[in-house]
Amino acid sequence: MATFKDFRNDVKPNWCPGCGDFSVQAAIQRAAANVGLEPHQLAIVSGIGCSGRISGYIHSYGFHGIHGRALPIAQGVKMANRDLTVIAAGGDGDGFAIGTGHTIHAIRRNIDITYIVMDNHIYGLTKGQTSPRSEVGFKTKSTPQGSVEPALSIMEMALSAGATFVAQSFSSDLKELTQLIEEGIKHKGFSLINVFSPCVTYNKVNTYDWFKENLVSLNTIEGYDPSNRDMAMQTLMKHKGLVTGLIYQNKEQKSYQDLVHGYSQTPLVDADLQLSKEKFDQLVAEFM
Amino acid sequence: MISQLSWKVGGQQGEGIESTGEIFSIALNRLGYYLYGYRHFSSRIKGGHTNNKIRVSTTQVRSVADDLDILVAFDQETIDFNFHELRDGGIVLADAKFNPTIPEGSNVTLYAVPFTDIATNLGTSLMKNMVAVGASSAVLDLDIDVYQEVVEEIFGRKGQQVVEKNMEALRAGAQFMKEQLGDSIQTMKLEKADGKKRMFMIGNDAIALGALAGGARFMAAYPITPASEIMEYLIKKLPSLGGAVIQTEDEIAACTMAIGANYAGVRTLTASAGPGLSLMMEAIGLAGMTETPVVIVNTQRGGPSTGLPTKQEQSDLMAMIYGTHGEIPKIVIAPSTVQEAFYDTVEAFNLAEEYQCPVIVLSDLQLSLGKQTVEPLEYDKIEIRRGKLVTGELPALPDKENFKRYEVTEDGISPRVLPGTPNGIHHVTGVEHAETGKPSESAANRIAQMDKRLRKLKHLKFNTPVHKQVKHEEADVLLVGFNSTRGAIEEAMERLELDGLKVNHAHIRLVHPFPTEEMLPLVQTAKKIIVVEQNATGQLASLLKMNVGHADKISTILKYDGNPFLPNEVYTKCKELL
Repeated sequence: MATFKDFRNDVKPNWCPGCGDFSVQAAIQRAAANVGLEPHQLAIVSGIGCSGRISGYIHSYGFHGIHGRALPIAQGVKMANRDLTVIAAGGDGDGFAIGTGHTIHAIRRNIDITYIVMDNHIYGLTKGQTSPRSEVGFKTKSTPQGSVEPALSIMEMALSAGATFVAQSFSSDLKELTQLIEEGIKHKGFSLINVFSPCVTYNKVNTYDWFKENLVSLNTIEGYDPSNRDMAMQTLMKHKGLVTGLIYQNKEQKSYQDLVHGYSQTPLVDADLQLSKEKFDQLVAEFM
Repeated sequence: MISQLSWKVGGQQGEGIESTGEIFSIALNRLGYYLYGYRHFSSRIKGGHTNNKIRVSTTQVRSVADDLDILVAFDQETIDFNFHELRDGGIVLADAKFNPTIPEGSNVTLYAVPFTDIATNLGTSLMKNMVAVGASSAVLDLDIDVYQEVVEEIFGRKGQQVVEKNMEALRAGAQFMKEQLGDSIQTMKLEKADGKKRMFMIGNDAIALGALAGGARFMAAYPITPASEIMEYLIKKLPSLGGAVIQTEDEIAACTMAIGANYAGVRTLTASAGPGLSLMMEAIGLAGMTETPVVIVNTQRGGPSTGLPTKQEQSDLMAMIYGTHGEIPKIVIAPSTVQEAFYDTVEAFNLAEEYQCPVIVLSDLQLSLGKQTVEPLEYDKIEIRRGKLVTGELPALPDKENFKRYEVTEDGISPRVLPGTPNGIHHVTGVEHAETGKPSESAANRIAQMDKRLRKLKHLKFNTPVHKQVKHEEADVLLVGFNSTRGAIEEAMERLELDGLKVNHAHIRLVHPFPTEEMLPLVQTAKKIIVVEQNATGQLASLLKMNVGHADKISTILKYDGNPFLPNEVYTKCKELL
């Protein structure tokens, strides 16, 4: 059986020392091993940006696509081969700016993949511009007077879109993050895991210390029930989205693959490409 | 007796104009006639003039007719809008209800037939279409019984009584018309057809059927005119093969989802029109760079922007060939008949996997929506070829080394392994990469990988890249076109030949990579080249000049008013140029 070391490769990440994404990389490697995967059974599809490079830093199948489009690519991979474990990954710009449309529709479509967002509230690879997750007043190269646009409340957005698995974590908490990714992989449907992953170079506001001070663990909220959608919504609003842990899970809802009419129970990639003569003749006759 | 007839039915959109044409043409198709139907419609659901022009012939026809023999009108607007198409001696069958009039002094006969009244008397005014078909059939001297089968298929599930009522409406229309016509009944009697059963379908049907036969088991698409029929057909058929269609949130998702599924090994297509293709351009570059097969159908319509969404045009040619930033290998195939649309779609999936690149099946609205009689499609011609797809077990790689997915090879094509395969792990990225897929910015690697990718199509094998009608070693004129203009060009060519001109015709089926070797001798042996195309800038003519030269001999006949070329337009403009 594979261990997390089997998911390591020899590529040195081009992330800055101290970047939160290193922990996310480690957590994915550990979670993959913990759920019993072999490296070839995992496909990681990532977007563009610092965090988008993650698919190249893990020993598994990896597809580094285009900005904002990790999710449709990942859904295509899963539809083609339902036996593969598919993880999509990227940053907050990827998932909540250029790719927001895909995020919302991937959530409501509920194809069985796991989406991990490395959320640092800033654009790093382009050297420090505002993100849709930046707070009002946040000064960046593109908002020198401070951002006037409110930050997107993505966890509430996910719940509104019909999410069946919503979790949030902090890159410093490797244990919780690993466990949430494992649960996300095991969840039968679309799982969204937003990870606060600080940018040590361009974000001097939302630092490790800032997150430590402001994040509230759901474990500390007495009676919190992740199967209760109302409670999830209210808790998020009360804490301005700054909570960590499993926020909401609907274990009853079937995945897209299990609902869609006629879709093969065995991986579609194994289907016979040749139409039988009988089937062909029947299709042709319908046009006569 | 006539061997060919042009019939048009028109009225307000939403009042059954399409089904009137359908019933008439399906019945005639089953009698063995060759049909060619073209619909004029607008981007709205109810209201606005719409018409369906159907050509009936005892031989294959692939063009809208120059003129009109019979016009069936449900309103005065239909007469006003279409009257100019009627030939001398043509007739108008109009609903008496609106007191139809035709311009004075014309050699056209108007018959006011109480379509609505007859139908209402039989039970419901909805059957006025049937009365009109019956009246038309009387003019052609067709036996009403030919409709029995079709009417049963359409109305059978509503009960035998509905079938009977509709047959009655057909007979009543025919009876009324016979009395009106009296002795002149023989003038438009149709010659008997061969009685052979042939397919009757639109180009989009053939593309969708071609996708099934070509092994496509998944589709991701976003609705758009004139492409949606492809998705709608596959939604009906793919589940029976275990496959699926996802209607995505936009065309970017459609194309990238198709790329993801192809990467994972399932033959997947997307289909759209110009606006959708514009959105897919970045993804097409990704497929080119990552060497992922993908088949994309573009059913061209009037551009730019929203343009003329329900009208014919061929103005996406350059965008399809050169679209996406940077330089990638890409194949663009432009079928010109429904048969070709079927075979080319099958082949597109083979080429995409063999050459590991995006393949665009380029259609146009006239081909995609024009409904025509099709000679049998041959099952034995369908083949599945998957190129350098690695199947079976792979040897273990030394200590986590990646599989060389982008190995530099002589033909530029590298072995392709699907995710999930043990010992095949590699990276895929739109960033320039080394043989293992890992990003690399080294100058030497860049050149090696660029050259490798672009080398793949140097020896592209494609059966019949140019459809040629070459009767003359030396021609006065070579007519060149692509997609659905073929029928109009062929008919114009016949008329020019009757005038004593030596005419050759080349219809380009593989538009990219350009078939220079095939085209050069044809261009060299013609005194003049006329490129007939439906755009305002002469895109195919530019391609021809770029690839074969002889710019001084090349001129164009262009049309971009949204309507298909008529044979006579091509003929007349050729005469002006020669």
